[in-house]
Amino acid sequence: MVLQPRYKRLVMMGLLAFLLVACLLSLALGPVSIAPSDTLRALFWRFAGTAVPADQQLIIEQIRLPRMLMGVVAGATLALTGAAMQGLFRNPLADPGLIGISSGAALGAALVIVLGSLLVGPLGADWQPYLTVPGAFVGGLACTALVYRLGQSVQGTSVASMLLAGIAITAISGALVGLLSYLADDGMLRTLTFWNMGSLAAADYPRVGLLLLCCLPIWWRLPRLAPALNALLLGESEARHLGVEVERVKRELVLLTALGVGACVAACGLIGFVGLVVPHLVRLVLGPDHRWLLPASMLLGSALLLLSDVTARLLLAPAELPLGIITALLGAPFFLSLLMRVRRQGGF
Amino acid sequence: MLSVEQLGCSRGGRQVLRHLTFDLCAGEVIAVLGTNGAGKSTLLAALCGALAVDAGRVQLAGRNLDEWTAGERARRLAVLPQQSELVFPFRVEEVVALGRMPHATGLQQDRAICADAMAAADVTHLSQRSYLTLSGGERQRVHLARVLAQVWEVGEGGCLLLDEPTASLDLAHQRLIMQQARAMASRGLSVLVVLHDLNLAAAFADRVLLLHEGRLDALGTPWQVLQADHIERVFGVAVQVQRHPQHDCPLVIL
Repeated sequence: MVLQPRYKRLVMMGLLAFLLVACLLSLALGPVSIAPSDTLRALFWRFAGTAVPADQQLIIEQIRLPRMLMGVVAGATLALTGAAMQGLFRNPLADPGLIGISSGAALGAALVIVLGSLLVGPLGADWQPYLTVPGAFVGGLACTALVYRLGQSVQGTSVASMLLAGIAITAISGALVGLLSYLADDGMLRTLTFWNMGSLAAADYPRVGLLLLCCLPIWWRLPRLAPALNALLLGESEARHLGVEVERVKRELVLLTALGVGACVAACGLIGFVGLVVPHLVRLVLGPDHRWLLPASMLLGSALLLLSDVTARLLLAPAELPLGIITALLGAPFFLSLLMRVRRQGGF
Repeated sequence: MLSVEQLGCSRGGRQVLRHLTFDLCAGEVIAVLGTNGAGKSTLLAALCGALAVDAGRVQLAGRNLDEWTAGERARRLAVLPQQSELVFPFRVEEVVALGRMPHATGLQQDRAICADAMAAADVTHLSQRSYLTLSGGERQRVHLARVLAQVWEVGEGGCLLLDEPTASLDLAHQRLIMQQARAMASRGLSVLVVLHDLNLAAAFADRVLLLHEGRLDALGTPWQVLQADHIERVFGVAVQVQRHPQHDCPLVIL
């Protein structure tokens, strides 16, 4: 199914509406359910005139709102960078989680936390988020560069070597994070476990602010590379013939992705498969044109991450499942079906 | 126009092209012929800047290729590769529209040019199909429409390089593609076509360039180059060359 541009605009509007509904659900649902009308009143109490009970006001303002904002920012960024990686690798299976970028970022962040506090002394919890972001960025960057180097061959990008590199990087990162856990104290251990699962539970306004600060340049810049990404789908030399400065664009894509994934991992741990599933769903409806794919992926990524988070909160309420488990449970079968379909079509 | 002077190129440490000198003039079609591995694709890669030259130089409109910015060069020089790696389900018209990327001529004009280019490559009826559902020959024509759209209104000073454009095409479309190459040349473009079919080259090219082991073996009109002894020396096959019964061009018979 391929849609005409006028329908594509409608789809974008629909996605925006879907995201708004997901936002509302994410604020209203949880161990304590709050009616949608009360939720809206708690958000806009200055204009609504009537206030909601103080405990509900507190839950929404201090717990659920930052959590929702974190989900929106992380979901959009993960889906956006996933779509960009798939364009760069010319492969619909390239997801930052699968090819090891996320676990590399987690390792970078863990190294900074554990070794940093061993060398300098215990760090205040206030400083932690500011130190993990650069660590995660460098870890993610190193892994992206490595996977790209390994994946390139004369015939273009090889998925096999790309996924194998991802496995190797994930294994190495896992082992090193395991090693670090022997050196870590209780507080650090909790942080390390948290990364391997992925969760929005740690959301507060400073973290959301920092994440947003890292993600805004990516949201601004990546969609502007959409025409170049379209040309890259034809192959690197064809893109060059169409006037794309391929080396510069590639460098920019890798840096922005490492920054985005690094910031997301530092803020909410390893949340897999969003970057794989979301762009794929969008492509089914809107086609592969990155001028539509990138913004639509951002909207759908935010919405799906929020809904997964609501599910994670509700399934075992009042206990809470890690979000990464939900996205993996939903995403991994999807990945398998995609892989099987690609094999049937004789691709790769 | 393109001018090539004492060009030398190597790939993977092996010297592929040596001492190549020729001019591709405005408004002419040059067909490049040669055996497998004679250096035809390497020559094309060097002419479009995809491959760094070891020796000599390649000039587009009087300036060395690497002195052009990527965008400037793309507005003048289009290249049709032998194969494309596209594995995403673009619609045909979207693939063709990519050819207008280097230009800022506005949506209206781009659409008109794409429509003309699609008609020229006979893919108008496929414009709404997904690229992935097309056959090899249809895909090749879609990419031809894309590169035609890229240099459609450039005229003199533009350049079109085609790498075996007829390889997977049926007889009627082979002729159509070569006619389009001629039509682009008549609008002032310089066209260079790598071919395997000697008779297509004889019928449609102004000049034929015979490559042999990385060197220029012969360059001239089809009558000058497509002689039985040349062909036997380069291809190792004894042939007869006659006058085409209807056109004034040589006809090579195995």
